[in-house]
Amino acid sequence: MSQFLRLTVRKSTPNESMMAGPPNLREQNQAQKVPDLRRRPRLRDLTIQGFLFLCGFLSIFITFGIVYELGKESLLFFGNRQWSSTNKPLAADISAEQTVFEVGSSGTPLQGDANYRIEREIIHIDSINGTTLTVQRGFGGSPATAHRAGLTLEAELRPDLVEFFTGSEWAPHNGKFGILPLLNATLIVSGVAIVVAVPLGLATAVYLSEYASLRARNVLKPILEVLAGIPTVVYGFFALTFMTPLLRSIFGTDVVNIYNMASAGIVIGILILPFVSTVSEDALNAVPRSLREAAFGLGATRLETALRVVLPAAFSGIAAAIILAASRAIGETMVVAIASGAGPNFTFNPFEAAETMTGHIVRISGGDMSYNSVDYNSIFAVGLMLFVMTLILNVISQRIVRRFREVYE
Amino acid sequence: MNLLRPRRGFTETQEQLATRHSRGKLVLTVFQFATLMGVIVLVVLLLTIINNSFGYSAVENKVDPENLTVNGVPLEGQTKEQLVAALQQNVSAGLFARFEHDQPIAERDAANIYDLIQEYVISPEVVESWNFYDSLTRKDEILVLMQERYPNAELQFLSWVNWDFVRSQQSSHPEIAGVRTAILGSVWTISIAIFFSLPVGVAAAVYLQEYAADNFINRIIQTNINNLAGVPSIIYGILGLAIFVRAFAAFTSGIAFGAADPSTANGRTIISAGLTLGVLVLPLIIINAQEAIKAVPNSLREASFGIGATRWETVWSHVLPNAVAGILTGSILAVSRAIGETAPLVVIGASTFIQVDPEGPFSKFTTLPAQIYQWTVRPQGAFHNIAAAASLVLLILLLALNATAIVLRNRYSRRL
Repeated sequence: MSQFLRLTVRKSTPNESMMAGPPNLREQNQAQKVPDLRRRPRLRDLTIQGFLFLCGFLSIFITFGIVYELGKESLLFFGNRQWSSTNKPLAADISAEQTVFEVGSSGTPLQGDANYRIEREIIHIDSINGTTLTVQRGFGGSPATAHRAGLTLEAELRPDLVEFFTGSEWAPHNGKFGILPLLNATLIVSGVAIVVAVPLGLATAVYLSEYASLRARNVLKPILEVLAGIPTVVYGFFALTFMTPLLRSIFGTDVVNIYNMASAGIVIGILILPFVSTVSEDALNAVPRSLREAAFGLGATRLETALRVVLPAAFSGIAAAIILAASRAIGETMVVAIASGAGPNFTFNPFEAAETMTGHIVRISGGDMSYNSVDYNSIFAVGLMLFVMTLILNVISQRIVRRFREVYE
Repeated sequence: MNLLRPRRGFTETQEQLATRHSRGKLVLTVFQFATLMGVIVLVVLLLTIINNSFGYSAVENKVDPENLTVNGVPLEGQTKEQLVAALQQNVSAGLFARFEHDQPIAERDAANIYDLIQEYVISPEVVESWNFYDSLTRKDEILVLMQERYPNAELQFLSWVNWDFVRSQQSSHPEIAGVRTAILGSVWTISIAIFFSLPVGVAAAVYLQEYAADNFINRIIQTNINNLAGVPSIIYGILGLAIFVRAFAAFTSGIAFGAADPSTANGRTIISAGLTLGVLVLPLIIINAQEAIKAVPNSLREASFGIGATRWETVWSHVLPNAVAGILTGSILAVSRAIGETAPLVVIGASTFIQVDPEGPFSKFTTLPAQIYQWTVRPQGAFHNIAAAASLVLLILLLALNATAIVLRNRYSRRL
């Protein structure tokens, strides 16, 4: 960008540099016909540079695309109106103008100051007195018409942010919009993954950076890379056909479900293990040798040096690694889609089946859905939530990495 | 952790010193074990896949192939006419008419008729399958079970991954289903992804490394690319669904080019999948290419500037040729990640069941990992066997790609 600016500045004052020089030298140059050696703006180079800039700028478009699409469809989700039957029948025929009428006693109770629907007409209930309703007819531009006795009222459901974050039931097509079950499952699976990956990954990193011989490193590092390169769907298969039967044989088939969060969590832990160990090892390697030598000089053993000098010095880098791994675990999809079960379930028991946020997106979009359904819109709301969560974690981790680099470079 | 507590005083007995050292050794063992866990898990994972890819199966044939031999010639050696006759005898007239309608019998070759006989006449069904370990250690029990449960079935030792598996098309019968459609779908989508993201990614990397001054907008681009690399892949799937599948449906379905029937076509095509994967790997390609360009020594650029080359001439004839090995290696690694990606493709709608080879960018698609996913989530045991076999094929494919990356790296770096 600044290249462009500099070029235009030069173009507007073509002889700037020459004028700055001593006048007699200029005359001398002109007399000797020395060629003009200043950089000339070239159309070809400018075009190429412009094209390259556009390619770089495309990434911004992609981000905007993600945010725009997720935001737009999420707004549709939150603006979506749902009707759910109350089974509350009209006690008698009503005319198009009647604003006070009776309803039957069966069905779910009605609420005052809320919208209901009879056939295609929307009514707004102002007050309820026993089974007598006082309503506004033809609400929201719908036509007020006469209705027959026995027709049931449908309650309006509209997902709102409060329900979205506090509701403990998720069934968008039935008007239950609480994301907590999905969020809870995501956090439990990621929690199990972190509990598996962090101790193993840290121990691996300490061993590789502080103890291992060059030969051992040359063998172990590629193996970890292979582990990181295996497709996640294969991990999903592994979770279902190995980890779940293993857990069931250890804890009993009546305790552990066929689909459970623990199995998915453990396998995701294995999947993110290479990230934890590689990034932590980089952080440990960035600790200057002098710190270790000083510790050895004081008589510390290798272990004491590693745990009390090197680890604390690399703490921020390791924290970044753990946060990055957590972000991966939250966004991991195939393992949970295969091994952790379908259907939201608000439970804290890791041996039960529960659907995570990513699992929900896969299940809903895997089936044939219509583009205007509330299910379709719901995956964007869930996706936005997922995007924001991982983005926050990634930004925090980058901040920490930047800070710890500043200390040692 | 007693060893973490600071020690007071300056004297230390021999015993204390020995304790400290033995603690060190103990913890070292723990570290070594933790490191070994990675290796163990990798081995167990591969064994699980192999375990499910081979083993005994109880196979029941609807018609015994021996009944179909003509004059002692087995089915495999028969001429097309004999095969057609066998087919006509053993299937209903309606079904035979359907085959004729799908593709006239006269136009089909013998191999195709043979496949039809396999699927509809012999129709082998795996009623139960055992994994490799059980097949080796519990053969007697399996034989007893066979006698009890499936007296008509034949016990066969099946290698689920074989040439037929790679060659044949998808089928609802796990015994004859193959991954040909899925492999072709993977090749198509990945080609489109590379075609889009490699030029754009390298161009962006060149801009950021060679042209971009350290100002606000370039810092934003760089941070943004780093963040995009951390976005979960399923989010890209949602993006692809909203933009490529829906918003650009007219183009990605091929209707705008007259390549598809407007009444049935939709945007869930190879090109949508390819572009989605392309967007997904773009940040990875940019970051890898940047690293490769960064590794080119500055003296080369200065020498080039010194003899009067413009910036673009320097980039084109000095920086890029020297960075090409690194760029290629990084790109292959990014592509091997794209090959294994499943979630975004499931979201944008990989077809659950297609039997025809993809014909172009506007065909419906399935890919190898998507196929593995579809088979894994089915309850029948035999589908798990072919899921394992498909996983094995996928892993071999990835191994080949990574080996190529290593060979390329070594060859080009020697040339430098």
